[in-house]
Amino acid sequence: MHGAVAAALPSRAPARLVGEKPLLRFITCGSVDDGKSTLIGRLLYDADLAPDDIIAALESDSKKHGTQGEALDFALLVDGLAAEREQGITIDVAYRYFATDKRKFIVADTPGHEQYTRNMAVGASTADLAILLVDARKGILPQTRRHSVITSMFGVRHVVVAVNKMDLVGYSEGVFRKIEADFHAFANNLRFASIYVAPLVAKDGDNLVHGSANMSWHQGPPLLSYLEGVAVEDVMQIAPFRMPVQWVNRPNLDFRGFSGFISGGNIRPGDIIRVLPSGRDTRVARIATFDGDLESALSGQSVTLTLSEEIDISRGDLLCSPVSPAKTGDRLEAKLLWLVREPLLVGKNYLLKLGTKTGPAAVTEVDARIDIESGLPQPLADGSTLAFNEIGDARLSLETVIACDPYVENRETGGFILIDRITNETVAVGMVKAVAASNGRAAAPLTELSYASMEGLPLVRESFRPSPTRSLVKALSWLLPASVSTFLIVYAFVQNAELAAEITGVELLAMFALYYFHERFWTRLKFGLATEETQPGDDPGL
Amino acid sequence: MTALAARPLGHLDRLEAESIHIMRETVAECERPVMLYSIGKDSAAMLHIAMKAFYPSKLPFPLLHVNTTWKFREMIEFRDRRVKELGVELIEYINPKGIEMDISPFVHGSKLHTEIMKTEALKQALDKYNFDAAFGGARRDEEKSRAKERVLSFRTAQHRWDPKNQRPEFWRLYNTRKAPGESLRVFPMSNWTEADIWDYIARENIPVVPLYFAKERPVVRRGGTLIMVDDDRMKLAPGESIEHKKVRFRTLGCYPLTGGIESDASTLDEIIAEMRESRSSERQGRLIDHDGSSSMEQKKQEGYF
Repeated sequence: MHGAVAAALPSRAPARLVGEKPLLRFITCGSVDDGKSTLIGRLLYDADLAPDDIIAALESDSKKHGTQGEALDFALLVDGLAAEREQGITIDVAYRYFATDKRKFIVADTPGHEQYTRNMAVGASTADLAILLVDARKGILPQTRRHSVITSMFGVRHVVVAVNKMDLVGYSEGVFRKIEADFHAFANNLRFASIYVAPLVAKDGDNLVHGSANMSWHQGPPLLSYLEGVAVEDVMQIAPFRMPVQWVNRPNLDFRGFSGFISGGNIRPGDIIRVLPSGRDTRVARIATFDGDLESALSGQSVTLTLSEEIDISRGDLLCSPVSPAKTGDRLEAKLLWLVREPLLVGKNYLLKLGTKTGPAAVTEVDARIDIESGLPQPLADGSTLAFNEIGDARLSLETVIACDPYVENRETGGFILIDRITNETVAVGMVKAVAASNGRAAAPLTELSYASMEGLPLVRESFRPSPTRSLVKALSWLLPASVSTFLIVYAFVQNAELAAEITGVELLAMFALYYFHERFWTRLKFGLATEETQPGDDPGL
Repeated sequence: MTALAARPLGHLDRLEAESIHIMRETVAECERPVMLYSIGKDSAAMLHIAMKAFYPSKLPFPLLHVNTTWKFREMIEFRDRRVKELGVELIEYINPKGIEMDISPFVHGSKLHTEIMKTEALKQALDKYNFDAAFGGARRDEEKSRAKERVLSFRTAQHRWDPKNQRPEFWRLYNTRKAPGESLRVFPMSNWTEADIWDYIARENIPVVPLYFAKERPVVRRGGTLIMVDDDRMKLAPGESIEHKKVRFRTLGCYPLTGGIESDASTLDEIIAEMRESRSSERQGRLIDHDGSSSMEQKKQEGYF
C-alpha cells in the first residue's frame, strides 16, 4: 500500500524552477497626498518599465490635470478613474504588473482616504508585503496606524515604511530617525516578520531605483532593490491538504469528479482524504485534467479529483487531510472589519461565505473593538457594535456546521465575508480565530470509513493497556491524598495524633497492595471497552 | 492514459489556476453564464482555459460573439472553424438597428459605431438571452480604468458600472449575489499581462487568428495608422493609395478601427521577441481609446465591456 496520506510533507514541496522569476504581490498604502501613486508612477518610469505611448499620454495629461506645475505628474500614470484624476486622489485599488530581471511584481495601489479603507483591505488580503507611505513632515498619522493594523490583521508579514517628501524637511536624518523609532514602537504589537524603513523623495526618484545623493547617511538599499531581494516563502504548499469543492463535474454516468482550487498542501492518487463536515474518509482515485491525469497536485492548482467510492459530496464541502483535518462547528470566534455605513446589527441574519460554502449566520456578540491607535482590543460601550471601517472581535452563530481553519493557519479556509441578504452588499470581512460546536452539532467522522481503519492501524490505543509501572504510579498518586484524608478523619474522631498516624500508616500499606492488584486485574478485563474504542471524534492516536 | 509527472508551479500555472477558479465559481453560482468571444488572442486563451476548467464536461455555457459586421474577414473564418473544432455553442448577435441604418465607422465615426454595434448590441444580447453573468477576456494591464476593475464587476439592470462603489473582493471570495435583472461581468484573465497571454499561447499551442502574424497586406495610411483594406466598403480619400506592406496586428477588432504595425514577426517566437522589445502599449492601435483620456471608463459606465 502506498502509505501516504494527504498530509503535507516538506520533501514533496518543489524546488523553484531554475530561471523562473519569483512573484511578489505588494500593496502601497498611506494617507491622502502621501504620494503613493507618484511613488509607483516614478518607480515604473525610472526602471524604464512604462511604454512610450503611455509616457506621451502622461505628458499631455500632466498639462491638463497635473499637480506638479510644468513637471510630469507621475501619479497620473496610475490614477485611472476620471474622478481620481480630477480630484487628484485615489479611490479604488489599481493593479499594476511589472517585471524586472529578478522578479515579477503585482502591485495594488490602494486608496488613502479613510472612507475607502475597505478598498485598501482588498489589496491587503492577497499581499505578501505592504509599503506604508509616511509624509516626512507629518510623521506617523492615525491613518498610518489604521493601515498597519489592517495589514497585520490580514496576515501581511513584511512591511516597508517609505518616509516620503524628505526634500521638504531638508533631507534631515533627525526627522527620519524619529519617525523610524515611532513606527518601531507602535508596530511592536503587530507581529511583522520584517520592517524596512527608507527615506524617499518619490517625485524626484530619491532612493526608488537609484540611491540618493541628498541622503548619503542612509545605509539601506533603494526601494526597488529591496523589493527584488526580500524573501517571501510560499508556506501553503507545506500546509495540510485543503480543497473546497467548487463544482461537481458529472459529464456522464461513468465520471463523477470534484473540481476545486487546492488551498493548502498537496495530493496524490491513493491518498486518503476526509470530507468535511460529514467526516467521511475516502481515497483519491484520479487527478483528472485536460492535459492528462496528474501524479500529484499541490496548493495553487485548480484540479478535478475522482474518489474511490461513491460518496455524497457537494459544493461547499471541504476535502482535507485526515491527519490534520480542518475544524468543524457552528460557532465562530472571529475578527471582523465592517465595510458599510449601516452598522453591524447583533442578531441580524446575514449570509456567511467561507471557501465555497454560503449559509445563514448571525453575529451573537461583539466582544471588543480594536483601538486603531494601538492595535489592541478595547471593551465596547453598552449596546454599541461595529460601525463603518471599524475592526472588532465578534462571535458568530451559523445555521449549519461549517469546516474551516484558524486564519493564521490558512488564509483561504479561514477568511470569510458577510453578505446582506436584502442589499446583497458585502458588509464585513472576517478572519476565524476559533471554531466550536453547539451541543450535538459537530459532525463525527464515521468510524468504519475512518483514515485509521483504511490504513489498517489498530483502533485500540496503546494506552488502553497500561504498564505495571503506570499502575504503580497511579496507585501512589491516589494514595497520597487518600492518606491525608484518612489521617484527618481518624484524628477528628479520636483527637489523638499518634494513634491517627499509626492507623493511617497501616491503611496505607494495605490499600497500596489492594489498589495495585485491583488495577492490574481490570487492565486484563475487556469488559466495557468496546464502545470506548470506537468513540466518535476520537482521533486515532495521531 | 499516462500520469504526468509533478512539475513545479510557474507563473503561468498560477494564472491559469486562478482563471479556472473564477470560471468555476461563476458557473456554480450563476444561473445563465455566457462567454463573450471576441476572436482575439485574449478570447483564444480564455476559451482554452474554459475547456480545461470543466474537462471532461463540455462547456457549461455558450459563447457570444457581438458582431459589428466590420470585423476582419479572417476573424470570422477563424471563429467558425474554431467553434466547429471544439464543438462549442456559439451565439452571434448583430444589432438590427445597425443593419437598418447601414452603419459604417467610415461614415458615422468610431464613437457612434462602437456605441450602437458594441455597447448597445451587447446589452440587447444579454437581455434577449437573459444572461446573468458574462465572461470577458479583459486584463487589468490593458488600460487605466481596467486596472481598477474587480474580477467580478457588478452591473445594474441598466448595465451600468459604478466605479466608486465596487464590491470588495477578498482572497478568492466572490460575492455573486444579485437582484433579478442585475448582472455580472466576470474577468477571469484580470491578472494576466499581454506578455503572459503570448507566452501561454506558445506554451499551450493555442491557435490564433493569422492576422497576428506579419504578412504582406493591402493597407492605407490614414490618421497616422495603417488601416487594412479588408473589403470594398473602404473608400479611398483623395490623395490616399493602397500600399502593400508587411504588417501585423497587436489587437483585433473592427478593421477600420484597428491600426496595423509594420513588422517581420511571422512566428509566435518572433511576436514574443518583438513585444518584449516594444516601447509601446498594445492599445496604441486601438482608435476608440483615444476619443478622450477617460473614454474607456465612460464607455464602461455606459455598458461597454
